Formats: sequence, structure tokens, C-alpha cells
Amino acid sequence: MNEKHYDVVVIGGGPAGLAAALSASEQGAARVLVIERDRELGGILQQCIHNGFGLHRFDTELTGPGYAERYIKMVKATPSIDVLLDTMVVDLMPDKTVLAINSVEGLQKITCPAIVLAMGCRERTRGAIRIPGTRPAGVLTAGAAQRMVNMEGYIPGKKVVILGSGDIGLIMARRMTLEGAKVLAVFEIMPHSSGLTRNVVQCLEDFNIPLHLSHTVTAIHGRERITGLTYAAVDENLRPLPGTEKYLACDCLLLSVGLIPENELSREIGLNMDALTGGPVVNQERETSLPGFFAAGNVVHVHDLVDFVSEEGDIAGRFAAHLAQGQTNVGAQEFSVTPGHGVRTVVPQKIKIDVKDPGTAKLYLRVAEPQRKITLSVSSGGMTLLEKRFPVAKPGEMIVLELDASQLEKVVGDVIVEIKR
Amino acid sequence: MPMRKKADVVIIGGGIVGTAVARELARFKLDITLVEQHPDLSMGTTKANSAILHAGFDAAVGTLKAKLNVRGNELYRAWQEELGLDIKLIGSLVVATDEEGLLVLEQLHERGRQNGVPGLVLLSREAVLEREPHLTPATLGALFAPTGGIMDPFGVTLAFAENAVRNGVEVLTECKVEQVEVSDDEVVGVHTSQGFIEARYIINAAGVHADDISRSANDHSFAIHPRKGEYMLLDKSVGNFVRSVIFPTPSKVSKGIVIAPTVHHNTFVGPNALAIDDKEDLSTTAEGLAAIVAGAKSLVPGVPLNAAITQFAGLRAVADGDDFVIRPATGVRGLIHAAGIQSPGLTAAPAIAEMVVDILRSEGLSLHAKIDFCPENPARALFRDQEAPEKQKLIAENPLYGRVICRCEMVTEGDILDAIHRPCGARTLDGVKRRTRAGMGRCQGGFCGPRVTSILSRELKIPIPAVRKDTAGSFLFFDKIRGTHEVKDHE
Repeated sequence: MNEKHYDVVVIGGGPAGLAAALSASEQGAARVLVIERDRELGGILQQCIHNGFGLHRFDTELTGPGYAERYIKMVKATPSIDVLLDTMVVDLMPDKTVLAINSVEGLQKITCPAIVLAMGCRERTRGAIRIPGTRPAGVLTAGAAQRMVNMEGYIPGKKVVILGSGDIGLIMARRMTLEGAKVLAVFEIMPHSSGLTRNVVQCLEDFNIPLHLSHTVTAIHGRERITGLTYAAVDENLRPLPGTEKYLACDCLLLSVGLIPENELSREIGLNMDALTGGPVVNQERETSLPGFFAAGNVVHVHDLVDFVSEEGDIAGRFAAHLAQGQTNVGAQEFSVTPGHGVRTVVPQKIKIDVKDPGTAKLYLRVAEPQRKITLSVSSGGMTLLEKRFPVAKPGEMIVLELDASQLEKVVGDVIVEIKR
Repeated sequence: MPMRKKADVVIIGGGIVGTAVARELARFKLDITLVEQHPDLSMGTTKANSAILHAGFDAAVGTLKAKLNVRGNELYRAWQEELGLDIKLIGSLVVATDEEGLLVLEQLHERGRQNGVPGLVLLSREAVLEREPHLTPATLGALFAPTGGIMDPFGVTLAFAENAVRNGVEVLTECKVEQVEVSDDEVVGVHTSQGFIEARYIINAAGVHADDISRSANDHSFAIHPRKGEYMLLDKSVGNFVRSVIFPTPSKVSKGIVIAPTVHHNTFVGPNALAIDDKEDLSTTAEGLAAIVAGAKSLVPGVPLNAAITQFAGLRAVADGDDFVIRPATGVRGLIHAAGIQSPGLTAAPAIAEMVVDILRSEGLSLHAKIDFCPENPARALFRDQEAPEKQKLIAENPLYGRVICRCEMVTEGDILDAIHRPCGARTLDGVKRRTRAGMGRCQGGFCGPRVTSILSRELKIPIPAVRKDTAGSFLFFDKIRGTHEVKDHE
């Protein structure tokens, strides 16, 4: 079997992985490898042909492939980064041995001192949300439809209903409309959209596509292809309200009902996982519970903007490179970061603080439900470290809080992030 | 131009029974044609059932069900190696949770003894819970059957069909029987969607449609009453939550809500039992799913139902009288029914095939053994099941084995091409899925679905909009509405 050694191996060549590879290389890692299972780099960005990417990162509005291309060019211009395309990691071991296969070299074994996990996420399926009814053609996840429409050039239906108001569903509502299909409705079981506000406005409202909040699909009809569905209003426990069922004829149902970090490899090596994010527990350097394993992007937690994914890739790549070069702050003490009242998830879930050089740490969080005029508070051992006011907070949009050295110095125990009552 | 052709025997139905009969008949010098209305085999009752190899203690003593179950179980074990059948003898448990249930166990034990089931043993509460620690604390005891097990119904059907084809049987898919032609009370052939096939012997293995076939030949001697069962499939991450097939003590209409592993390392719960009129109704319902959830929880309270990856429903082909209907037709010579094949039909299928051959012989068909009959199928090696050196070899021989298309189930492009180009090859997305498991994992084809669609289009030389999910009209994609354009293939 072919054997190779690298300083940093990045699994996944999407936005997190590309940023991690570049950052690792900039920080002095002499040999960096990116392993990508698809035929090109860029990950899911390649099928996101709409604009709105890069406002934070590049101060301009790019399409998904445009954003990806900027990173791909930088990676290609960096001699210390090797890329393996069309290559699948089949096994990962706690000693940081990676087994991968592709058509050219067959099975190969790669060893390294530091790995960055950047496998992204996958879509929740019909089975996971248990929609009763038949199982006809024409029911697919919004992302699978997006690939077919944008990359292969075929549409999955002409009279379309979308279940779930996640960003991909909203984007696909507009895309299907632009492709000439009629998007009849978007149903969202929650009382609020789970997507970005700008997507609700630009993809639904601008095209007069109705968004039915607190509604869900309760049955799928049709034998060969979907012919229609039953939908109903739901109560506060998200259960369909008897008597509110209505039939809607359609020939396609797209599902945008959530994204799940793709962590099969992380589980195989036994990383500690966060049940709320679905990703591994990481510290502010994006190191996981297993030394030498770092993680970045949607594999850690589902992001709203690719700009933050790239930023997380930067962080993971930087500290993976430091570790590969033998730099660690051994005197550091680690504390937990946990979501409190009104906060659903926080990343990182751990902060390690070296009193001699506390540095800074950014906390990325999502609130549990939409609220106006809130104050977010970060505290440790009963002492408030930071308070910040927000005019609006929505679950679909990530909030970033930054702790500076003077605030981190004051951490004496576990850190709690919550909405002040 | 519709074909007009001739066969010694026409088998109607490409499910477990039709293909088992085809493979048994392939041992003789006969022209055999099997016709299946769908684009693939195993699309009816065989597709959606509990996939259990039953030991044989359920059916009443003296019934065909009882006799053929025990014999079928034996035959599967005998054929496992030559046909490469995916069968696992993990044992089955009927679990009693009250005093009445304990009495039922004793009755089943005695019935099993009379039916000839080997190795049955009653287990104490402690012994059961040691074997299956997740069972309800209310467990009082269980009946253990070592010959109970699990299997892959589709894989077994395909193995039968493939071996039949390798031994000269012709399989026609998308060939729907419209009518059995009878003249002077004798069968003379069948009218199909692909034309007339002349034949003096016809095997009716048409599942829930067997009574319609029978009536088309003027035999009104039985009716099929479909009884629906709904299932829920859990992700492999659930692991060995249960190790055996676990039944509650049975009710009058069914064996109750089962929880069991599958040969593909998933876990399933189900089925309920609901009499319906519609022979095509494969819908699941919120009530049905709630019932199987409740049933599963009463046996194994901690069953991780949040790991559900899909739900489905299947139909039991229940005949009047509740036993199998395996006999010559009434008033028509040459038509043989293999009908009413509900549970334990999957297990009984090989024995049903033996019985059908015996009936054909006594009905006057001359059977001369073929000396060159080959009972084996070449091994079907999926990439993921190979050891590292074999994987290297496969990739070296065919680089497409190094390209993973379905990442959840580790299915390569090489595996998919083999599934398409083998005898009785895949013609649909679900056909590829059932042969390779591409799309059966946790993402349920979200990632590989578009890719497999493109591969089918390329290999079958059909446009993307002609690729189907499973049935004849289940097209997946349309050309874009604003006009189509030719895209040159640069590969």
C-alpha cells in the first residue's frame, strides 16, 4: 500500500478545508494535504450559483462558485499544499493514520501529527421527520434538487412545494421559479423561519411565494410520482391540529428540514460530541477532545454564512500547524462554555486559557427563538465578563461575541452564555 | 411489433415465489419464461416485509404454512452457500410478559415440536435478559428458536433469478399479464403488454394480484385480501440494540410488532396489520407508525426511535381460509396457483417451488433433468466487503472501484456498473439501491441520488428524464422548461 506523510491533513475540500489548508501553510506547515471526495474543490459552494457569498470575507458579493474559486486559486498557488481529488477517506485512526482510496492510487495510508476534520454536513431526510404516505418519485431534499438543477441541468418538478424554510429551501424556491416552475408554497413547522431574513425577503416575498408558518406536511400522495400532499396547521407542541388538513396538488416536494454535521469519522475515533450542535466538542483553537484532531466548518456546527466557515477553517488550520511544529501552550487550563437561558448552541464548547497569554476568543451562538431587544451575557463563576445588546436575534442567524484578554483573564470556572432575563 | 412466442412454462410474477419456481424448473429441459410487470424483480410483497427466516412454530399443525415453512428453512440453509444467499441464523425469541403469555409459549413450543422445528427451547427470564438486555423488565420468559434468522429478500430473489437465467430461463420485465387465454378448459397462453406467449402450463405467482390472474382464466375459487403492514427502519448507528429476532406473543391476525436486526446492520420495528381493499396501497400513516412505535416500546422500552431513517409499508397477500393456495386451478387445466403467500411465505418459498414442480409433474408435464444445470452463481463481491488486498486488486483491474459514489454505504462506481450489467440487472434508481445499498444509508440518497441517476443514464443510454425511481412511470427529473440544450459528453 502507498504510504505518505504530511504535517497537516485536511479531510474535506470545501470552504472550511480550503481555509484550513491555506492557514496551516501560512503558519509554517511545510507539507499540507487536502483530501476531497468530489471531482473538484469547493464543496457545496459549487452548486450554490446564487450570490450573497463573501460580504464579510472579501467585502464583495460573490456567487458560491466565485467564492470557491478565490480559495481554489490561492490553494493552487501554494506549493506546500497537495490536493487529492475524487478520493474518499475510508478509515481514520486515533493515532492519526488516514486510509483513503481513489481510482488512481487505490488504497493509501497517510500519517501526520495533525488532522483537520472539515467534512461539512448533510441534509435531514424524509425518513428522519417521518412524513406518512406513499414513497413516489418527486420527493427529494432541496440540496439534491439544487445539484440536479444547477449542475446537471434538469428540474425535479414543475409544481413545487417546499417543506422547511431552511436557507437551501428558500434559495431553491427562487431557483425553481426562475427555471419556470411554479412554487406553490413553503411550509414551516416552527412559528418562525429557520433561514436568513434576507433569504425570506429575496427568495419568497420578492416572488410572491407564500410562507405558511406553523404548518407541516402530514401525508404524501401518488404512486409513481407525487401527485399531491396533505398539509395542516400545528399546535404549540408541533403536532398537527385535527380538522385543519388541506390537500394541495403538486408534482414535487423539496425538503429543507435541517442539516446534520457529517461526523461518522469523528464518531469512529471516539471524539466527544455536542448533542446540540451535532458536531465534536472543540476549544477556541478548534481542537477536539482527541489531541491532534481539529475540526472546522459545518462539521462542527451548521453555519449561516460561508464567511464564518472560512474563518473557522483559518483557526483550525493555524493551530493544527502549530501543533505539527511542536508548539503547544502546556500551562493552559481548560473551562467549559455552555448555553444558558434562551441560547441553543455555543461554539467553542471549551476555552483553554494560558494566564501568561490569554489571547482572545470568539463565541459563535444561536438563540433558541426569535426575540427583540435582548442583552446577551457571558459570565463565569457568577461574574459577568461581557454584556452586549442586540435589537433583534433570530435562530437562523449566528451571533458572534468576542472576549478579549482582559475578559478571559477573569475566567475562574465554567463560562455561561445566556440571554439576560 | 408485439412479439409472439412460445414457452413450455410461463411463470407470472418475479417475487420470491416466482423466482424460486423458475430456479427449480431450470433444473429440467424446459423453455421457461418468467414475466414481471415492473421494471425490476421483487417489487411486490417480496419488497417490503419483515425479512425473517421463520423457524416454523407459528402455523397450525397440518397446514401448508407449517409444512412448507420448516422445509423452506431447511432448503435455504442448504442453498446458502451455492447461491451466496445473505442469511443470518441469529435465532428468534417469542417474549412473554404475563402469565397468559407464558402459556402461549408452551403452546408454541408444542406446536413447533409437532411441526418438526429443530432445537426449540424455553428460556427463563434471566436467560432471556442476559441474551437481550434491552428487553422490558416485565419479561417473564421466551421461546428460543435457533433456526430463526434474518435474510435479504431482494438479494435472495435476485440470486434465484440470476441462477435461473444462467440456466436458460428467460426473464421479461415490464411485461404485464393482461389475461390468461383458455380454450376448451385448457390453458393455451398469456396475453401480455409485450404480446402473446403460447404455453400449456402457467404458474400463478402474482402475489396480491393472483386472484385477478385466476379470474382471467375463469377460476373464481379464491380471493386475495391484502393486509397492510407498516415498518420503521433505524440507522446502523443503533448497533446491536437487539441481537435476535424478537416477537411478542402472537395475536390472531399477526405475529405482532417485531424488533430485529437486518442483514445490513440496521434495526427495524413493525409491522402492524390492517386489512385494506386497495392492492396498490403502500402508504404509511401517522396512526400506523404510532402503533408500531407503541408495540416496539412495550417489548424494548429504550428503542432509539430518533434514529429512524425511513418508513415503508408492505402488503400481505392473504387468501380465504388463511392458508397458502398451492394447487392446480379449479376447472382449468395447466394453470397452477402459488397464491395466498403471506407470512411465512418468504421462508417457505423454496419448498413452495418444490411443491409446484411436483404438481406440474402430476399434471402431465414431462420433466427431464438437465445434465449441465449449474446450481452456483459467481460470487457477487461488493467492494466494501473485501479485505484490503482484494480492494487493491479490484481497483487495479477496474479503477472505477476506487471511486466512491455512495459514501454512507461505501458503494463504488464499479459496484454500480456490475449491478447494472449483471443478469437481471438494475434499470432504476431503486434497482441500484437494492443491489448495492447505494442510497440506503443515513442520507437516503441525498448525495448519491443525482450521481447514480447520471450513471444509469450513461450506461443504459437513455436521457436523464427517462431514468426512473422504481415503477414504470416513476420518472425522476424533467428537462428544463425554458427549452433544452444538447450538452456534449467530453468523457
